[in-house]
Amino acid sequence: MAVCVAVIAKENYPLYIRSTPTENELKFHYMVHTSLDVVDEKISAMGKALVDQRELYLGLLYPTEDYKVYGYVTNSKVKFVMVVDSSNTALRDNEIRSMFRKLHNSYTDVMCNPFYNPGDRIQSRAFDNMVTSMMIQVC
Amino acid sequence: MSPTQWDFPVELCCRPMAFVTLTGLDVVFNAVHRAVWDAFCANRRADRVPISFKVLPGDHEYPKCRPKRTSYEWYIPKGILKTGWMNKHLNLVPALVVVFYELDWDEPQWKEKQSECATRVEIVRQSLQGRNTKVAVVLIQKKTPLPPGEDVIASERAAALCNACELSGKSLFVLPHTDHLVGYIIRLENAFYEHAQTYYYTEIRRVKSHKEFLNKTTHQLLFVRHQFKIAFFSELKQDTQNALKNYRTAYNLVHELRAHETNILEIKTMAGFINYKICRLCFQHNTPLDAIAQFRKHIDFCKKKIGSAELSFEHAAWMSKQFQAFGDLFDEAIKLGLTAIQTQNPGFYYQQAAYYAQERKQLAKTLCNHEASVMYPNPDPLETQTGVLDFYGQRSWRQGILSFDLSDPEKEKVGILAIQLKERNVVHSEMIITLLSNAVAQFKKYKCPRMKSHLMVQMGEEYYYAKDYTKALKLLDYVMCDYRSEGWWTLLTSILTTALKCSYLMAQLKDYITYSLELLGRASTLKDDQKSRIEKNLINVLMNESPDPEPDCDVLAVKTAQKLWADRISLAGSNIFTIGVQDFVPFVQCKAKFHAPSFHVDVPIQFDIYLKADCPHPIRFSKLCVSFNNQEYNQFCVIEEASKASEVLENLTQGKMCLVPGKTRKLLFKFVAKTEDVGKKIEITSVDLALGNEMGRCVVLNWQGGGGDAASSQEALQAARSFKRRPKLPDNEVHWDSIIIQASTMIISRVPNISVHLRHEPPALTNEMYCLVVTVQSHEKTQIRDVKLTAGLKPGQDANLTQKTHVTLHGTELCDESYPALLTDIPVGDLHPGEQLEKMLYVRCGTVGSRMFLVYVSYLINTTVEEKEIVCKCHKDETVTIETVFPFDVAVKFVSTKFEHLERVYADIPFLLMTDVLSASPWALTIVSSELQLAPSMSTVDQLESQVENVVLQTGESASECFCLRCPSLGNVEGGVATGHYIISWKRTSAMENIPTISTVITLPHVIVETIPLHVNADLPSFGRVRESLPVKYHLQNKTDLVQDVEISVEPSDAFMFSGLKQIRLPAQAFYTYQYFCQATGSTHG
Repeated sequence: MAVCVAVIAKENYPLYIRSTPTENELKFHYMVHTSLDVVDEKISAMGKALVDQRELYLGLLYPTEDYKVYGYVTNSKVKFVMVVDSSNTALRDNEIRSMFRKLHNSYTDVMCNPFYNPGDRIQSRAFDNMVTSMMIQVC
Repeated sequence: MSPTQWDFPVELCCRPMAFVTLTGLDVVFNAVHRAVWDAFCANRRADRVPISFKVLPGDHEYPKCRPKRTSYEWYIPKGILKTGWMNKHLNLVPALVVVFYELDWDEPQWKEKQSECATRVEIVRQSLQGRNTKVAVVLIQKKTPLPPGEDVIASERAAALCNACELSGKSLFVLPHTDHLVGYIIRLENAFYEHAQTYYYTEIRRVKSHKEFLNKTTHQLLFVRHQFKIAFFSELKQDTQNALKNYRTAYNLVHELRAHETNILEIKTMAGFINYKICRLCFQHNTPLDAIAQFRKHIDFCKKKIGSAELSFEHAAWMSKQFQAFGDLFDEAIKLGLTAIQTQNPGFYYQQAAYYAQERKQLAKTLCNHEASVMYPNPDPLETQTGVLDFYGQRSWRQGILSFDLSDPEKEKVGILAIQLKERNVVHSEMIITLLSNAVAQFKKYKCPRMKSHLMVQMGEEYYYAKDYTKALKLLDYVMCDYRSEGWWTLLTSILTTALKCSYLMAQLKDYITYSLELLGRASTLKDDQKSRIEKNLINVLMNESPDPEPDCDVLAVKTAQKLWADRISLAGSNIFTIGVQDFVPFVQCKAKFHAPSFHVDVPIQFDIYLKADCPHPIRFSKLCVSFNNQEYNQFCVIEEASKASEVLENLTQGKMCLVPGKTRKLLFKFVAKTEDVGKKIEITSVDLALGNEMGRCVVLNWQGGGGDAASSQEALQAARSFKRRPKLPDNEVHWDSIIIQASTMIISRVPNISVHLRHEPPALTNEMYCLVVTVQSHEKTQIRDVKLTAGLKPGQDANLTQKTHVTLHGTELCDESYPALLTDIPVGDLHPGEQLEKMLYVRCGTVGSRMFLVYVSYLINTTVEEKEIVCKCHKDETVTIETVFPFDVAVKFVSTKFEHLERVYADIPFLLMTDVLSASPWALTIVSSELQLAPSMSTVDQLESQVENVVLQTGESASECFCLRCPSLGNVEGGVATGHYIISWKRTSAMENIPTISTVITLPHVIVETIPLHVNADLPSFGRVRESLPVKYHLQNKTDLVQDVEISVEPSDAFMFSGLKQIRLPAQAFYTYQYFCQATGSTHG
């Protein structure tokens, strides 16, 4: 179960960010923002790899005492960041991967919407519902 | 309790080294002893053995050894580790005591000296009773010793001395006081080191031997203690591998202890110590991953062991210390060569330490909020008799009590109260800031700019809590732009809110206004009620009043701030603040747009300034001015609305300068450009919008260029991408996003109202004076002055064309190289309305090809714009491309006198030169005359007068001439013989009389001249009559200078009858012509 899900534009500003309402929202914003350091570094490290061989899933970005932050980057350099409670040991790499894939699919649907202007904040209800399901569901 | 109670003791953090004491050295008064001591302690580099030396008097009292326990059966330990133990073995109980004694082998009073030495050794032994400490004797000698075995007396006396002192031979050393002192000392200390190692080895064995007496029920603490001691002794022995192993065992044993609220602090303290040692050794062994794993395990174990809820801040403090210490160890290892990475560097540990320090502060704030009347308990429960604790991590008021039940709850309460009251005095912010700044330094190193910014925000906030607003503001202001440039508005708003509080509390006017402006803007995520409050405060400040305090501020600080604000008011004079908006996102947006990318100089320049406010309430501005790159225009573009300061929020619906939130306001400006600026760019360099009154306080928002702030470029990009249909608005309103900034315009000259026509007959012929007639007609309503004509080859073409094109106004003479390709500014006078003038131009093109010709007419005219008289310079240009062609093609051929084509001519034999002039011009050409200029080698046979004089050639017609020539023999000339030139003088048939004729010179081809030995020339009558005789004459000419034998045979055709010699043979003289006659009578057949 994710505690925070964020979509970050290529230019590194947030397109969508949602965290569990029970906790301090600002904390998660900062967490997602700081994780971009690692994302940037990882992207520049794999910059030379061929496009089709590139792994989109970036893995664990950095651990904090209480949370784990995972990253994923699409070919168009849109980043997904997911924060997971450290105590949740049920979530393994594979689950995280599949969650990201789901997120990516849903994001693709948003992009396919002709009324969505790329670069605007995501306000799609379908995307929102999918994120909600991800934040509640225990994998 | 000192505030540093959480710091690890020095003896834990240092590197344990074997402890050796030196006695019998008088380092104060004896120079030799001083030198010896210096050699021991100076320059202890890494290659020397790890020993810590100390000089003590010979009769020094070492710590007493407690009597050895024979049985542990009734022994119940009171704690895990005594606070003095580590120090005792590092600095008090030596592994080896060295007795220095001055004694040479040839000492005359040997007996006495020997017994004195023995006494000294005995005194030391007495003091060390019960300990395994080794004793060694070093004899300081003046003489250099002989090689071993050679000095018989020495070996005898050495044996005697050993005997007297009860020493083994290995513990007696000789130190000759000679030049090589340091070398001797190094050898000595190596020997000491061996002794020390043996000592620590026996100590380890001794501690190990206790183990078998212990049982698991009552001696749990001892298991930990002994394991720790073994590990510590191993470290002293420099056996770090075993030390690590034993520390690990000790660590596991600590966690096996039964934990209870009463002893949890002790367990955690010891666990922390052991963990520190393990991590330290892991880093030392260059296995950083082991260190990190151990630390993680340690934290996971201890995280939840909070202990007493009333003292939970202690746990946070302890956790903070654990992380900080690990960060320090990590950092130290990096300094010694370890490489860290972005995601695993000391910064994370410092950050976590800071986080726990913050938690400590929070907990302390809730737990230690006793009223001021609560007194610190007396007697102090935290005082102990000795001033220190007996065991690490125990409570001072119940030391050594192992029971889990609280025997004296009252005492416990008092103790807790004392700790809480002490905690209240701790300056938490300072610690937090130190830790954060440590972390910042690390993250800066490991390429984490955002993490760094985040920590700096936290530092800023901590400074704010610590009431150091200046520093807080400095930090926050520094990082704000990072969040702004990346568009994280939620975070920016949070930072701005804190910054606004700081600036309020310090009554920093400009900062306060700047932050307010941005918090009201579209980048702010504040709710409308907050924005309203801020807007109201901003208006208050502009009206020279105090703003209301920001919410959640410290009450005392607010009081101070209110006073400061009051002072600011009394000081108020002219308070104008200019704020550049390009670095932030203010609540007013501005866009400037010229109506067109260019304006003619005779029409007024118009542009709009669009303004839009994002604040919750309508707002009135006092002044708007626009600045241009040419400052003379500035005066025309100012809007000022006189209003009293108090009216900022009143009369809202009226007035140009009142902005209604969300509505786009358009302000039109108009001015007349200066005629000097024709061809120049007019640019808006800045837009200034003033808010407030110059009598009170006034803020001038300054936009660079045509508007736009820190966020607008991204917004413009998004708007450009969007293909969303915008809802229709009333006619006079526009969508903000659809306005595109146009901050510059070109001033271009007035549209000319004249016509320029060119009349000519293309194509031009090579070298002719080509006539171009320019007709200029004025269609202006008033007289035009100063008409000037520029005509000729258009600049910017092939440079060769410039050399081969010449322009003149006079067609009567041929122009040469000195004439220019372009005639500039030919004055042609004034023109009345409707008047027309004509100008002829002659162009001479020396080469074929196409050329572009430019005709440019400029003039001045007076005109009126916006009731302003201006003189406009207008111009019109006309370009024409003219093709140049050869007027005719000339073909030349050589034929014999019989008009037979000749490949070559024969010397002295006449031949014909035929010229053929084929007109290629589309216009009729008149060949005025032609002339053949022969080369000196050629001679003419008859007259050379022109046969084509005044011939008119239409297109495609040709004119031919024929000249009979002869070429004398010249021998064999390579490439033939030059023939001469053929000159044609011609002009267009249509050209006027005074136009000069053009001479075209054609170089005739060379001809090959061949010398022949015999030339036969037949002289036939042009006709014969049937049956009449026809005389035929053959001339034979010998061209050689030798006599030739010639045989002639005549073979008539069947149509003739023949008389005369049919065959003769004769010698032909050189250069002699023979005439040979024969007659033939012809008959015809049909």
